[in-house]
Amino acid sequence: MIWDLEQYRDKTAVLDEYGTSLTYGVLARESRRVAEAMGRRCLAFILCRNEIGALVGYVGMMNGGMVPLLLSSHMDEEALAGLLAAYRPPYLWAPEDMCFPDMTPVYRAVGYCLLRSHLEREYPLHPDLGLLLTTSGSTGSPKFVRQSYENVRANAESIAAYLELDETERPITTLPMNYTYGLSIVNSHLLVGATVLITDKSLMQREFWAFFKETGATSFGGVPYTYEMLERMRFQRMDLPSLRTMTQAGGKLSPALHRKFAEAAQTAGRRFIVMYGQCEATARMGYLPPERAVEKCGSMGVAIPGGTFYLTDADGKRITTPGVTGELIYKGPNVTLGYAERGEDLEKGDERGGVLQTGDMAKFDEDGYYYITGRKKRFLKVYGNRVNLDEVDGLVKERFPSLDCASAGVDDHLFVFVTDEEQTEAVKAFLVHKTKLNPAAFQVIALEKIPKNDSGKTLYQELERYYI
Amino acid sequence: MTNLEKYNQAFVEALEITEDQLPGLEYQAIEQWDSVGHMGLVATLEDAFDIMMDTDDIIDFSSYEKGKEILAKNYQIEF
Repeated sequence: MIWDLEQYRDKTAVLDEYGTSLTYGVLARESRRVAEAMGRRCLAFILCRNEIGALVGYVGMMNGGMVPLLLSSHMDEEALAGLLAAYRPPYLWAPEDMCFPDMTPVYRAVGYCLLRSHLEREYPLHPDLGLLLTTSGSTGSPKFVRQSYENVRANAESIAAYLELDETERPITTLPMNYTYGLSIVNSHLLVGATVLITDKSLMQREFWAFFKETGATSFGGVPYTYEMLERMRFQRMDLPSLRTMTQAGGKLSPALHRKFAEAAQTAGRRFIVMYGQCEATARMGYLPPERAVEKCGSMGVAIPGGTFYLTDADGKRITTPGVTGELIYKGPNVTLGYAERGEDLEKGDERGGVLQTGDMAKFDEDGYYYITGRKKRFLKVYGNRVNLDEVDGLVKERFPSLDCASAGVDDHLFVFVTDEEQTEAVKAFLVHKTKLNPAAFQVIALEKIPKNDSGKTLYQELERYYI
Repeated sequence: MTNLEKYNQAFVEALEITEDQLPGLEYQAIEQWDSVGHMGLVATLEDAFDIMMDTDDIIDFSSYEKGKEILAKNYQIEF
């Protein structure tokens, strides 16, 4: 069991914008019923919206020893069909208004429905496996991170400790719950008896702010793009007396915005907390204590309680001098078991032994504060979602076999270079459809040919002049 | 260019859509007009009309028609 819900039984666990709320006691009962309807330890897909029903199913399965795999309810049918074929979950927990003609509803509650999938030949599950989360948004990639119950609990406890969470907190959702950062907010707050304010509305909607003010939200989290939006909305001028804490993760915030939000928070008597994490470490690995937010601007801070950071050089030797860049390694109880790419992988145990090579390059200063300086692997963060550039190249080449392709760019701006002028629009439309990211993130540029060296390796550096 | 043309042009550019899609268009009715698209649209409109929109107007801007109303009423832009 991850959460002892009964100890807060009379407190409100979750409240939505339509006025529906559940106490911890009711959440315990409703979530247990979902687990009872499933009846045994097995895999289930949860098609998530930020709604009470999705939360009830998730809590029931995690506390009941089932293995949920979280997906966005907006995922397209084709991608979902691919994942169903790859993992063959016996059950789905989905919003009632979604239609699955081949499946049988076996239980309904809180606007959601438990469906029996009739997919034969279940895959065996390793006893430690608790949860499966995607690293890549909604591309439909079959790669998931295998998290144990212990990972989820350890990370939630650590987050609750360093954020000093207690039952007076009222976090409002700004991120999808199938996204590791959004989920970590739910996980850590249910641990301390706080009230989660749940909404599917965005920061750009009046209903969101009305709900925020009416219910007295005390905190929210955001990816770099969220803070850019808030800046454009002249957030500093908004009157939000209940707000105490803002957290930031999901990519590196520009130092200018970091400073701006940190200074404004200090003036307003709020906390602005920059954090660092990855789905591979359940959610969180580092945080910058709010009292140093201005002084250590641009830093992602120190390791969370229970974890440690260190850097290694190209030969794998540990770096002990401040200011020297190396690969960031994290050690802690929240380092996940490994990946799954197909149903057979659900039987695998721990492949990491508590040590994660983050793939991020970093340095530390004299006080031991860490700064992310770059990435070892070829990926970008687009609106907080990890986009693997090699995967993008692969997808495009597979769909458009007649052209050559190379992608590059900076966070929130992905540039795809192709060798056919006529196809640029089709490539863009394809990527928007595939990734479910806003078209504003993509620019497709036609080149005579992709620059390569003699052995045929793409010279990505030569592409930089088109976007830097 | 008339104000209406400028207004329409901002939608077409920011959301990458065609003009015939504009009448009746609402926030989140198409994939492009999500919160990211909304940001881009607001930025494009601010540039086109040389205005700074208020927070309330940004979050009230829920459709093509509503936006016109807001610009006319609070920013003295005549259509």
